[in-house]
Amino acid sequence: MTSVTEPASGRFELRFLHVVRRNFLVWRKLMYASMVGNMADPLIYLVGLGYGLGAFMPPVDGMPYINFLAGGMLCYSAMNSATFEALYSAFSRLKVQRTWEGILHAPMTAADVVVGEWVWAALKSTMSGAAMLLAMYLLGIVHGLRPLAVMPVVLLIGLAFSGVGLIMTALARNYEFFIFYFTLVITPMMFLSGVFYPRAALPAALQWVGAFLPLARGADLARGLTLGLPVAHPLLDVLVLCAYAAGGVLLALGLIRRRLLT
Amino acid sequence: MLQVRGLRKSYSGNEVVRGVDFSVAAGECYGLLGPNGAGKTTTLRCCLGLTESDAGTITLAGHAVPAQARAARSRAGVCPQFDNLDPDFTVAENLVVYGSYFGIARRTVQERVPRLLEFAGLEDKADAALATLSGGMKRRLTLARALVNDPQIIFLDEPTTGLDPQARHLIWDRLKNLRAAGRTLILTTHFMDEAERLCDRVGIMDHGALIAEDTPRNLIGTRIEPHVVEIYGDGVQAFAAKVAPRHAGRVEVSGGTAFCYCRDPAPLLEALQSSSGLRALSRAANLEDVFIKLTGHDIRD
Repeated sequence: MTSVTEPASGRFELRFLHVVRRNFLVWRKLMYASMVGNMADPLIYLVGLGYGLGAFMPPVDGMPYINFLAGGMLCYSAMNSATFEALYSAFSRLKVQRTWEGILHAPMTAADVVVGEWVWAALKSTMSGAAMLLAMYLLGIVHGLRPLAVMPVVLLIGLAFSGVGLIMTALARNYEFFIFYFTLVITPMMFLSGVFYPRAALPAALQWVGAFLPLARGADLARGLTLGLPVAHPLLDVLVLCAYAAGGVLLALGLIRRRLLT
Repeated sequence: MLQVRGLRKSYSGNEVVRGVDFSVAAGECYGLLGPNGAGKTTTLRCCLGLTESDAGTITLAGHAVPAQARAARSRAGVCPQFDNLDPDFTVAENLVVYGSYFGIARRTVQERVPRLLEFAGLEDKADAALATLSGGMKRRLTLARALVNDPQIIFLDEPTTGLDPQARHLIWDRLKNLRAAGRTLILTTHFMDEAERLCDRVGIMDHGALIAEDTPRNLIGTRIEPHVVEIYGDGVQAFAAKVAPRHAGRVEVSGGTAFCYCRDPAPLLEALQSSSGLRALSRAANLEDVFIKLTGHDIRD
């Protein structure tokens, strides 16, 4: 099976923005439901667990539990937004609505579609991250301008999870397939990445696994930038996230080309 | 407008297109007919650069495909077999957003929208939600969407499948308008009456090859006897075996019906008078008879 080779272009092509814009226009129509799912949900967790569970907790890394948790929930919400978008929403456009098929009938390429979806899902996770950061300001967890520097990290987390999520979408035959990904990948990742407690609390072997996970890398960076915690390997954190983002989108593109253009 | 030479395509060792040659002139309406699995859709996908062929050359609207597939697609419109309209957008938004994929300025597309809606007979539905449209309306909107880039050539994959007779006639009417306006049309269909009505020329594909190509009139005139008598009822098998061959050039039995192909039906109809229990339908041969003669009665699933 060969797929259509797309002629390389001499200049950087921005056609993927048409796909981003299309998704934005749909989002604008459905944005209230989308905001409740992507933004309110992690906020409720933050307040509920942060104050409820936090009342029984000693300070973590020298700060109230809710502060520590907020740094993790910021990344968790970015992961969740990108993942839901790249899985369920993108799969609807691939299979149920055949939106991508229609786009490919125009002078658009599979790369335009996949990069557009990748960037769009990452933008959605950036919106969720921004909402979490705003909540952290309102709850008095962060102050000043320095925490804003976390936003590029949130975008990077979004690109990493949307890239990996699009691989799952490219492989999926139905929505049920995503249950495997959520249960076997996303949920363990959440517990191995130190969202709710420091990774140091885990057995050494599980800590070692965590070192390879994009959510753990993102959480370390985000806690450093928002809460001032020391970051052990900032450069490596960025590189790991970039590797997931680039590797994810490239593999997804290859798989989607094979699926749609053979 | 479209030239296809020596097109071949295999999927994991199974050759679904085996050396297809055809060309479609500007302003022509060309029909690609064939049973399921004949290779029609694969051929069309290759023409649009959506599937890479194993061999052969394709030129669409002056551009080599797949090397210049994007340039070729910018001159083409596609009306797909399965609805892929955007259910979250209104009727007009569907047109405007689709136009953006062609890199056409939003204002230009918006100027075209009223004419496209008029073409689709959806003038008063511009702001209607997609869910409120009937199947026929959606198909007309899909057809209008295929015109958003003012294409020279329009590909239509089974444009009336699943529509009721009224909706089909309306689509035919629109396709005739497009042809009269000088656009090139290439369509696949399972409906021979549709092909006979709309197409200047048809190509019949089977097992990945083009096995006949001509105007519908010439195919009917040269490829088959001019008259068909369909006979069915008790004792049809015996009649088809013993009596019919004496009066008809060719007799084929499919299920419980004998198809008797002949130049003059009168002697056969006379012979039928003495066979009670048999019923007959006598009619002129049509494109469907040619199609069945060339591709056989067997079901292709």
